[in-house]
This record gives sequence, structure tokens and C-alpha cells, in this order.
Amino acid sequence: MSDVTPREYHQARWNEPVVMELGAPGRRGITFAAPDSAAAVGPAADLLPPAMRRKSAPVLPEMTEHDTLRHYVRLSQQVLGMVGISLFGTCTMKYNPRVNEALGLRPQMAEIHPLQDPSTLQGLLEIVWNFEQILKALSGMDRFTFQAAGGADAAYTHVCVTRGWLEATGQLGQRDEIVTSIQAHPCNPATAAAGGFKVITLPLEEGGYPSVEALKAAIGPRTAALMINNPDDMGIYNPHMKEWVRLVKEAGGLAFYDHANFNGVMGKIRARDLGFDACMFMLHKTFGGPKGGGGPATGAYGCTEELARFLPKPMVNRTASGFTLDVPENSVGKVREFMGNLHIVMRAYAWARGMGAEGINEASDISVLANNYMEKGLLAIRGVTKSHPDIGGPRMEMTRYSLGTLKEETGIGVGEVANRMTDYGVDAPWLAHEPWLFPEPFTPEAGELWSKEDIDTWVAVVRKVCEEAYANPDLVKSAPHNAAIAKVQGEGCEDPARWATTWRAYLRKHRGGAAQQAAE
Amino acid sequence: MRRRVGIIVNPIAGMGGRVGLKGTDGAEIQRRARELGAVPQAGARCALALRAMAEEGGAAELVAPAGEIGEAALAEARLEARILRDLPPPTGSAADTRAAAERLRAEGVDLILFAGGDGTARDVAGAVGTALPLLGVPTGVKMHSAVFGTSPRAAGRLAARFLEGAPSVRLREAEVMDLDEAALREGRVAARLFGLARVPHERGFLQACKAGARADDEAALDALARRIAREWPSDRLMILGCGTTLRRVKRALGGEGTLLGVDVALGGRLIATDVTEAQLLRLLGAAPAGIVAGATGGQGFLFGRGNQQISAEVIRRVGRDGITVMAGQNKLAALDPPVLHVDTGDAEVDAMLAGYMQVHTAPGQRMVMRVAAPD
Amino acid sequence: MGHPWMANATPEAKAAMLRAIGAPDIESLFAQIPAEHRFRGKLDLPPALASEVALKRHMLGLLQKNADCEQNLSFLGAGIWQHHVPAIVDEVVGRTEFLTSVWGTPMSDHGRNQAWFEFCSMLGELVGMEFVGLPVYSWGCAIGNAVRMASRLNGRREVLVPAGMDPERLDVLRQYCEPKGSHGHIAVVPVAWEKASGFLDLDDLKAKLSDKTAGVYIENPGSFGVIEARAAEIGKLARARGAEFIVGVDPISLGVLAPPGDYGADIVVGTIQTLGAHMMAGGGAGGFLASRDEERYAREYPTLNISIAPTDKPGEHGFALSLAHQSSYGMREEGKDWTGNSVYLTTIGCAAYMALLGPQGFREVGEVIVQRSHHAAKTLAGIKGLRIGFPCGFFKEFVVNFDGAGKTVAQVNDALRAQGIFGGRDLSADFPALGQSALYAVTEVHTAEDIARLAAALQEIVA
Repeated sequence: MSDVTPREYHQARWNEPVVMELGAPGRRGITFAAPDSAAAVGPAADLLPPAMRRKSAPVLPEMTEHDTLRHYVRLSQQVLGMVGISLFGTCTMKYNPRVNEALGLRPQMAEIHPLQDPSTLQGLLEIVWNFEQILKALSGMDRFTFQAAGGADAAYTHVCVTRGWLEATGQLGQRDEIVTSIQAHPCNPATAAAGGFKVITLPLEEGGYPSVEALKAAIGPRTAALMINNPDDMGIYNPHMKEWVRLVKEAGGLAFYDHANFNGVMGKIRARDLGFDACMFMLHKTFGGPKGGGGPATGAYGCTEELARFLPKPMVNRTASGFTLDVPENSVGKVREFMGNLHIVMRAYAWARGMGAEGINEASDISVLANNYMEKGLLAIRGVTKSHPDIGGPRMEMTRYSLGTLKEETGIGVGEVANRMTDYGVDAPWLAHEPWLFPEPFTPEAGELWSKEDIDTWVAVVRKVCEEAYANPDLVKSAPHNAAIAKVQGEGCEDPARWATTWRAYLRKHRGGAAQQAAE
Repeated sequence: MRRRVGIIVNPIAGMGGRVGLKGTDGAEIQRRARELGAVPQAGARCALALRAMAEEGGAAELVAPAGEIGEAALAEARLEARILRDLPPPTGSAADTRAAAERLRAEGVDLILFAGGDGTARDVAGAVGTALPLLGVPTGVKMHSAVFGTSPRAAGRLAARFLEGAPSVRLREAEVMDLDEAALREGRVAARLFGLARVPHERGFLQACKAGARADDEAALDALARRIAREWPSDRLMILGCGTTLRRVKRALGGEGTLLGVDVALGGRLIATDVTEAQLLRLLGAAPAGIVAGATGGQGFLFGRGNQQISAEVIRRVGRDGITVMAGQNKLAALDPPVLHVDTGDAEVDAMLAGYMQVHTAPGQRMVMRVAAPD
Repeated sequence: MGHPWMANATPEAKAAMLRAIGAPDIESLFAQIPAEHRFRGKLDLPPALASEVALKRHMLGLLQKNADCEQNLSFLGAGIWQHHVPAIVDEVVGRTEFLTSVWGTPMSDHGRNQAWFEFCSMLGELVGMEFVGLPVYSWGCAIGNAVRMASRLNGRREVLVPAGMDPERLDVLRQYCEPKGSHGHIAVVPVAWEKASGFLDLDDLKAKLSDKTAGVYIENPGSFGVIEARAAEIGKLARARGAEFIVGVDPISLGVLAPPGDYGADIVVGTIQTLGAHMMAGGGAGGFLASRDEERYAREYPTLNISIAPTDKPGEHGFALSLAHQSSYGMREEGKDWTGNSVYLTTIGCAAYMALLGPQGFREVGEVIVQRSHHAAKTLAGIKGLRIGFPCGFFKEFVVNFDGAGKTVAQVNDALRAQGIFGGRDLSADFPALGQSALYAVTEVHTAEDIARLAAALQEIVA
């Protein structure tokens, strides 16, 4: 590892008031006027049922256009985002080509209506169709839908398709169990439960993954589906996955591959080759769509021809006369209105075209190489250990680490370390889903975007903060020191008497009903 | 008002471990431990906890009995305390711990921080029950009870945060386990549930979640208990094991039931409490039956620890398919390795139970766990 | 060779990292994957467009095959509407920090969290509610979440909805209510509308309300654009039977229309797309949930929630997740909904939009929409063969019936499209009772000239 000294950093600190406190009476940010229609139909109030007219104006700020812009630009400057270094594991922090953002603002993308006649949306439908061909090549599946608005929504789509398939085959109610692992993303058990299924969870055993024997004990005539990811978030690849899929299908269930961790295996394995019936990719992660702080996102759900007739409507098809929108024969209906976040599909398609097959393969190579490189640096730090320390060999594109030793020896846990890391311009890493199988976990993912120097810096920051934890624990405990605000005291957020998700609730609970006074 | 914390040290706790003795219950074992070169370490570990508590900013008043069972650790930690000098002279036995705990309860402290092992936990809990929160500084050989901090310093920090009223720290009921040391020295782990204590517990740090976080086991298990109670066939006997998890089912059936005993329900209500094996066998002759059992925390025992009334013969007559196991997902996830154990004393029944079994963790949620028979 | 999006694509970087870990080559790092799992074929992908110049050219070539609503004149609505997106909203949403943030700490994400809180605060003012969750995928998804919430709250398994409900939203709701035979099925029962007014038929409502009713859902304005004038009465009827009263709104109407909190709504849902999100072929969709700040409701939210909170520095505000540990999982015997990525970047744009409009902007835009749409309806009503379905008390959408003209909506829309006009959404397949009808949406982006142009085109088509 190169020896790097973490840089001095200080976030912007604007002490920016909540917008509800800004502005002054009478100020305007935008005006609308339509005197011509008023002449034709009279005052608007007379056109509305009296009982339904608004009596008092909403208590919103009154600001000029410039004041509004400046406020939100200041807020943006109080967000670290990817301006620093963010190795947020399982989310695959990659570059979001800005040419795609510019394309997204073109009226041919921004100002098109989903119910326009398909003949007026041929460019968009062609993009969707082209991109579907790319995902088919990467997965071996036959069809893809983009209606799901995120990875969890794609898992939900699988649950819906499973229901549709069970209904069509007369098995709904009989097969009511979905099998997953404790290391699968919680969206798998959660969407299964929300879709009316019982959930059977497999624990990790020797080797770092659930055993084939445990799977056998979980499946049977009630099994509707397996929902599983591989490799898992600890960087362990389950080498028995082909056998798993075979067993589940022999038991009469469907096998769904949650490809959340696709970045390390792009071009290396294909879901269909392993026998899966369906899979899911996250375009806002693996395919270069922006995170946006959590969407708009796209979960691309793909499946075999046998399941394609159950997919949500509509699907894009190519005919001699152009691209059409069609309803699959046994469509389960919709998981969300319209066709999905196709502006994200547009970005993913552009990303894939910018990368090409070689580039996509290389991105996998680099992300696995970079993770193993980073692992070497992190394990050299006092207080850091890795999950399944007894399992040797290289991990995939992620490794889960533990600060359990640091916590034991200094009382400082991963939350406090993460807070202090941001003082060096490095955003907090992903920790782990609950339940925590290893104490004080953190899960960085280097990916293909970040340079070797960025990785060195990231490791140097972890080392520096761990050293501080031993030498000057109070410095770490009271962090951050260089952020826009001091450490947030979140405890009251669980207390009905104190939580406030809106300004009016805040005024009532914390300022003794200032809202009422202001209103009177 | 300034909060007060009482300190109790079991000075000989943990002495046996270093010299290969399993625990230090009884004067004879203590003598042998000293002969083998064991040195008391509980005081030093308690001092570590007290320093951590002070550093965390705990401004509580410290109250401790004189001598080795309290005062000494405070001196080592260089902390001021009010020393109780009117307790009976120490005898080097469990009676010292009990007397100190009763006295601290009378003093009206807000928390007892004790240093010791399972035996000490049992003695403190026996004296104060659930009237007073307690927290263990782990210094013993056996620490199966869910009342200990993960380390001395962790215990001290948790105590400080509890005393300062941190909202993330809550009190929860924890099981106090009692191990049969004689059995342990013969190579058998024989833990049984002794009782309950109220213990401060800090919720784990939750990162801005990418997905729904899991609820505490408590809420899930209560819902599960209601579901099991509601859906059990009315003509089928329900044999309920012991412990806090099973007590949820007992309460869902509208009764209090016993915490430590095996109870039986039929037609949606408890019909017998704290039954013996003989009573169970008689009942089994009258109606079809199933067993609802939990797993002990830490070790993950299904049968053969604490619920010996559900004997090999009872299990044989009910059959493997008649057994419903329920346990919190966090409890199961904390088992390392993730294995449940049985030790019914009957190799054939143990073998029948061995293999994989689905454990209910919440309504509609199960976890597949491996069940191991004794080697 | 270097790649603009992959820093370590250089041979030097790869070699240095391999050296550091002592691995002979990159292939050796994939040792965990069994050989029989590996794909060894050639990935059949189109060739890489290796320069931004080439990529942009290719993408523009595709996008230009779309006909957009700026070059054409569109009257499409029905779930996604063409409103003016102020320029600063695009700038705010495009800020790299907002665009690339993920899940840092409440401190490193402070500005974003504040914008989220501001979104909830301003939306709360518009809808008249104190508890607002962070947005969900869409209006339809929000209805699904709200109905499941209601069902968990009172343990009932039936929801009453307007028979005229938008088919897209209804399809999503049905999905969330699970099909018959599934474990958590909630029956979706349509309530008829009054032929003349388009209001909910109260007799039908009373006949269908029972102690099985988990919730009564209405929309204001409804899917045909009609403002439900008897909302308060519907709410009273629902409450009297122990059902939750769920109201869906388009918040851009709330500068002129009463907030649902004023007429007894228990749970408010709606779209956020009209608050400054581009249509993007439906990608602008987003939904929200709000209610009174009562623990009973708050504990059932499936959303992420963000609360204002103190920091270690006296007098300073921060923002942190609230009720993140909660889940309906375990607390109720019913399965829980889920959270994940949603539409949080859109949310920030909506915050900027609401702050920009302020109370006067919302009143003004509401008035303009009401006047313009009524102006349009009045104009079209003057064309022989055309009839306005529910001519009184609508907000921005209205039903135009072509039965008298002897033309189908499909024929009319084809003819309009030939003139660069996108006619209203065809209702004839989903609502046969309405005959050959289309739903026209008129907003602040439409001018009097646009209305005149539409009228002239229709006049000619139906003549």
C-alpha cells in the first residue's frame, strides 16, 4: 500500500435555517397569470364547490427565485456525496456519466407522456428494447421488464410473478413458502411476506454459506420459490448454487437470483446457465444510473420464456412496423403505474454502450482486484478483522470487516468511526443488514471507478481513525468536527412526544405551539 | 436527583477458569483453585468497568459494601464511594453476595453492578428479583445468563448510559441461568433457567437503512405466540416448555403459567402447570399432543436442559413432527456455530431429533437450524 | 488502456495492485467460482461507443425518434401531467452532491436530509397533516401502502374505492391487495359514481360499507377530474363504521382546494410528480403518505421517515431517521411492506418547487388551472357532437364525449396526432359506460391559443 496522509477537509457550514423560517410576506419566487381565461369563465373560486375551497393559505415560505435557488444550493454543499470518496458496499458506487444527465433533460426524454401513442415514442421503445437485448446476453434470460422502481420492487415483482404462476398452475395457496438466506438482502423476505408468503430463512454454516442439507430441510411441496443472492455481502460465493437451483426446481419451486452483487461477476457467470428461472439487476447500481440519495431507480427483472407471460404490462416488442406495447397473456397486472423509470433505463443503456462487452468484463476484473487490494490494507490496521476470518483465499468485489476488536479495546464502535471518517472527506461505509452476524461490521466496495490512490486514501483514513480511537477516543466519540453540523442526537426520533417529521409538528412539540400563535 | 449504583464483587469468581476448574462454587473447590495457583481477578475486572463508567461521564453516586466484595475494586479504580460498613463479616460464600444485594436494595439504589459469573448472577437475582435492575461485569467462568456486558468496559459504559437516562438504553427481562457445576466438572453442560432479572440493554446502532430493519425479537415472538395459541387445534394437548419465550404462549393462552416449569394447555387454555414427567405421560394417554419448545440462549439447547420433564419418553410419544420450536431470530443468529442441541439421555430419541429443523421466529417466518445430538 | 469511467483500467494500476497482494493474475482472484459456473462464451453485446462524441450522437439519434409534448400540443394526463418545471428545479436536482449521495451519516448527508424534511413540512402544510413520510414509488403504490396500513390498524380485509378510479392506479392497488387465494388478500370493492355529477354514489357507498370495511378511499380531484364535494360526509360515513378514511390528492390543487385534513381524512396519499417533476414517460411518478401525528398511525408507516433533531451543539438542528427500527413485521400478524430505494431525488426537486411557489404561487397556479380547464371545456362544449361528461366543479381534467359526433376516440386522436396534437386519454375501453369519451388535461402550460387550436382541430375532425 502506498503511504498516504489523509487530507484536511472541512464541509461547507452555512447554518442554513429550515426553509419554513425563510422569506418575507409578499415575496414571490414565480408567478402565473391567465387574464384571458378569467375573462371567459370568471373567478376561479366560483368554479369550485364552496365546501371544497381552501379557507386559509398554506403556511409556506415566501421567497424570491434567487433566495430559493441559493437555499438549495447551500443545502447541496452540505452533502458529501461522491465529491469525496464513497465506497458504500452493496450499492456499487460508480461513475454516472454526465452526458446521460444532459440527455435526460432533452424534451425528447423529459417531456414525453407515458400514454402517448407508441408511434410517437419509437426512440424510447427502441432504447428499452436494445437494452433488454444487452441484459438478455448478460443473464441468458428471455425477457426483461423495467417497471419495478428499485431492487426491492424487482424482488416484489418476482413475488407477484410467482403468484401469477401459482394461480395459473392451480397451486396458489398450496405453495406458500419462500426460502431465502439470512445473508440475502432483507427486501427478499420482506417482499415475500408482503406478497402473502411464509418465509423460511437459512443460516450461514461452515464455509460461510448455508449448507445444501439445510436447503433440503427447507424445501418441499409448499415451496413456491427460492430468493437468493450470490456472492453475498461478505464476498463469499456459494459454489453449490447450481445444486441449490436443481433441488428447488425438483421440489417444484421457482429459483430467483437477486443480482444485487453483480459487479464482481459481470460476464463471468449467467443466471440462466446456473438454472435460475428469474433474476434482477439494479440499473442505479451496476449499470451507472445515479443514486440520487435513493432513487428514482430501476430494478430490471428478467425471466425465462415460461414465466414471461406473467410479466407486468405492458412489454415492449419489436415488429416489422416498429416497436409496440403489448400485454402479456397472463400478466400479473402492474407493480407501479406506467412503464417504469425509463429515464434510468436510458442512462443504463448509454452506460452499457459506453462500456461494451470488454469494458463490462474489465469492470468486474477491476472491482474484484481492487477489493482484494483494499483488504490487504485494511487487515493491517489494528482493531480491524474480517468476517469468516478462517476462510482464506480471495473474496469477490466486497469483503465484510468487523471493528469488534476496536470496540472491545476502546469502546468505539463502527458508528463513531464512520462519523469521524467524514471529517477526512470520506463518506460513511455501508455497515451490514440486521441481524449483525459479526460485531461492529462495515462493508466497503471499491468498484471500478475509484483509483488506487482513492483506495489508499480510504484505507489511510480508516487507519488514522482507528489510531485516534486508541490514542484519543474522545476525539472520535464527539465526531464529526468538520461537518456542516455537530453530531445529531437521534434518540428523540423514537419518542412520539418528540419526533417531528414536519415543521408544524416541530413547532407544536418543541416550541409550545408557536404555529398556532403565528396562525392567529 | 443524583442516581445511585450499588457495587458487588464476588472476589473469587473466575478463579477456577484459569486452572481448569469449572466454576468456584463451594469452599472445597475454592481451596483447590488457590492451591492450583489461581489468583482473584474479579476485583481488577470490576475496577476496569468502574473506570469505563466514570470515563463515560457517569455522575452517579457509588455505594458498595466494605472490603473485598466492593470497596477494594473502587479503591483500585480510584473512585469515591459510600461504603457500607455494617454488613455481617464475609464468609467467602454465596451468602456474602446475597446479603450485599439485599442491603443495596434497602438503600434504594437504581442499579446493581456486580462482578462475577452465573453463580453470582443467580445470587444477586435471587435477592432482588426483578425489583431492581442489575448488570453483570463478566468475570466468572460460566456466563450463560443474559445479564452480562460483553466485556468489563462495555458493562461499565452501558451502566453509565443507563444511569444518565440515555433513551437508547432500555430495560429488558433477561434469563438468569444456573449451571450444575458438579455436572460441568464431569464434562456435561447442564444449564437450567433459574429466574429473571431486569437488565439495561442498548439497541444496536442502526444505519440509515437500505431496507426495513428487523424488529426486536420481543415483538415478533409475542405475535408468534398469539398465532400459535390461536391456531392450535382445540382437541390437541399443547405441552409448553419453560423460559421467557414459552411464557409468551402461556400468556397468550390467557394464563400466567410457570416461568420455570412445563405447563399443558387444551382447548385454548392452560389446564395444568408445573407438571412432572409422570403427569405428562398420563395426559398423553388421553389425547393427541404436541410440544412447543424454546431454545436456551447462548447454548441453544432444545431438550435436556431445564425442561427434563419433557423426557425422552414424552418426546418419543409425541414424535418429531409434533414438535414446534420457537425462538427469536436474533437469538438464533447469535449462536456460534448456528446449531441447536438436544441431550435427552436417550440416544435413540436424540438421534431422532438430530438433523435440520424449522424454528419459528415470527408469524410466517421460520429459520432452518441444525440440531445436534451429543457425540 | 485508460478508460474515462474506470481509474484502474491502466496496466500500471493493475500490476501495482496485483503485486501488492501477491496474486499472479486477475483470473486467480475468481477462484471461488467453480469452473462449471463460469460463462466462457463471447458476450453478444453491440460494439462499444468508446467516445462521448459517438455515444451522444447515437443516443440523440434514438431520442429524436420521440415526439415530445413541447413540440406537440398535449392534453394527456391520467396520472402523469404536463406542468411547468421551473428552471431552478432542474439546477437543484442536477447538483452533483444530491445526484450522487447514498447513505452517509446524518451529518455528511445533512443538506439532503434537511431538504427531505422541508419537503415533508411543506407538503404537510398543503395537505393539512402533521406526519408525512418520505415518498414512495408512486401514487398507486401509496394507495396500496395506505390500504394495507388501514387493514393492519383495524384487522379488516375490504377496501371501498371509486368505480371510476384510474385503471393504472387500480391495477397497482389490486397488486398490493394480493389476489384472491393469497394469504393477505384484501378485497377491492368499487363504489359507483352518480351519472350526472360524477360524485361518489352515497347510496351505493352506504350499501357497501360494513364492519368488514378496512378503509374508504376517494380522490380529490377524482380520476374524471371531478372535485368530490361531499368528501366530509363520506368521511363521516366511513368513520361511523370504524373504517379509515383515505384521501388521494394532486397537491398542485391545494392552493385553491381544501386540504384533506380539513374534511376528516385519516390518511392522505397522492402524487408528487406535479410538484416540479418532468413527465419522463412516467419516470416522474412518485407518491406520498401523510396522516395526523398520532402514534397509532406513525407506527404503521412503511416509509422511511425523517425527523428534526437536536445536535451536540445547543440550538442547532439536524435530521435523522425516525421509527427506522419499527416494522409492521412482528408487531402485527400481517406481513409487512418494504422500503428500499424510492424517488428521493425527485423529492428534493419538489421541495424547491414548493418553496418557490409559496402560498401565493400555489393559489395562483391553482386558479389558472381551474380557469384554463373550464375555459377549454366551455370551448369544446360549443362544438356540435361533443359533450362534457361532468361539466361542473372539476380541477384540471374533464371528460369529453364524442358519441354525438359518431367518431371513436381512437379516430379522433389519430386525426389530432396528424396535426401535432395529443388528444386526451381514451376512456372507452376501461369505462364502457362513458361511451366514446376521452379525459382531457389542461394546465398552466396551456394558453388560450392552444385551446383555440384544439377546438379548431376538433371542429374539423368531427364535422
